Amino acid sequence: MAATAKLSESRGADWANAVFDILSDLDVRQVAIVPDAGHSRLIRLCEDDPRKTVVTLTTEEEGVALLAGAWLGGQKGVLLLQSSGVGNCINMLSLMQTCQLPLLMLVTMRGEWGEFNPWQVPMGQGTQPALEAMGVIVRRADEPHLVAPAVLGAANLAFNTSRPVAVLIGQSVLGAKNFKELAKPR
Amino acid sequence: MISKNGLLHRRTVVAELLRDRGDLLVIAGLGAPNWDVTAAGDHPNNFPLWGAMGSAAMIGLGLALAQPKRRVLVITGDGEMLMALGALATIAVQKPGNLTICVVDNERFGETGMQKTHTAHGVDLAGIASAAGFPVSLLVRKPEEVKQLRDLAHSGVGPIFAQVKIDPEALPFVLPPAEGGILKNRFRASVLGEDALYN
Repeated sequence: MAATAKLSESRGADWANAVFDILSDLDVRQVAIVPDAGHSRLIRLCEDDPRKTVVTLTTEEEGVALLAGAWLGGQKGVLLLQSSGVGNCINMLSLMQTCQLPLLMLVTMRGEWGEFNPWQVPMGQGTQPALEAMGVIVRRADEPHLVAPAVLGAANLAFNTSRPVAVLIGQSVLGAKNFKELAKPR
Repeated sequence: MISKNGLLHRRTVVAELLRDRGDLLVIAGLGAPNWDVTAAGDHPNNFPLWGAMGSAAMIGLGLALAQPKRRVLVITGDGEMLMALGALATIAVQKPGNLTICVVDNERFGETGMQKTHTAHGVDLAGIASAAGFPVSLLVRKPEEVKQLRDLAHSGVGPIFAQVKIDPEALPFVLPPAEGGILKNRFRASVLGEDALYN
């Protein structure tokens, strides 16, 4: 395993466990995902919990609509996605603003700290302004120990005041990938 | 019940699906399906959409998972469903036994000038749902098939998908409340009880 990947896994364990406990304490029942490596530990924990239904999406906006339905039926949910997927959600977020629905989005960031892939940068840099343009309150967590407090605050804000809130989990928390380490030397 | 084109009338279809609705929960997709559902009788157990095109089926899934003892019926249009074909894959994987997706298919984008949708060119939504893994996926053209669909939606084992071919007629709008907060709060109070308003 490359050094950056090892670093990423060890950092991920603590915050993912803490976030899982917060989601469980809040009785979050529907976990909508388009997988990201940064969310892999949290996804595994949710899959192993019989009280949670993990719904794998084909595109992230499905999750926005799913969790609108969940709330109408009395359940809380969370949407786990990568920053690139935020762009897919834009029009669907009008549901939350118009109907005053809560939404908790946990966004693992690409296209910023240490990014090696230029294709990730446009949406990564556009993530926060795009969310804010659609009325989503955005908090960032750029150190591992700040993720759980940010998620707890965001979840309470979302579910108690019925509005969409996103936590952007910075690439400095997740560890930057570099596919060049995995490629054969030419 | 049949138009001079040999097609079903959309409001007759929707009224039959909602006949003796009991505690059925209904999501209506934006545009004409919203007006059809409202024409059958505005109801707190309806969540009629005025926007968020492509959301209807997935709202139905989230609701069906949250309320497994209630029946959930999504009534939406062909254009709205075509925008969310991936949702059919997502729903088929989750297998919610209490969810029915009914597409009233006039083969047109009705609100924008009756431009033809993909179904006018032969795209087979029922076939797509079947291929995605819906155990029941029907193409409905006849009044007696609508009655069967009504019974399936109320008591069949889902997830159920139906594509109902309807006449591309333009009808007077019948509008539910437009304000999302009203629609949300009356729905939650009806489904969850008045306590939901105190959350």
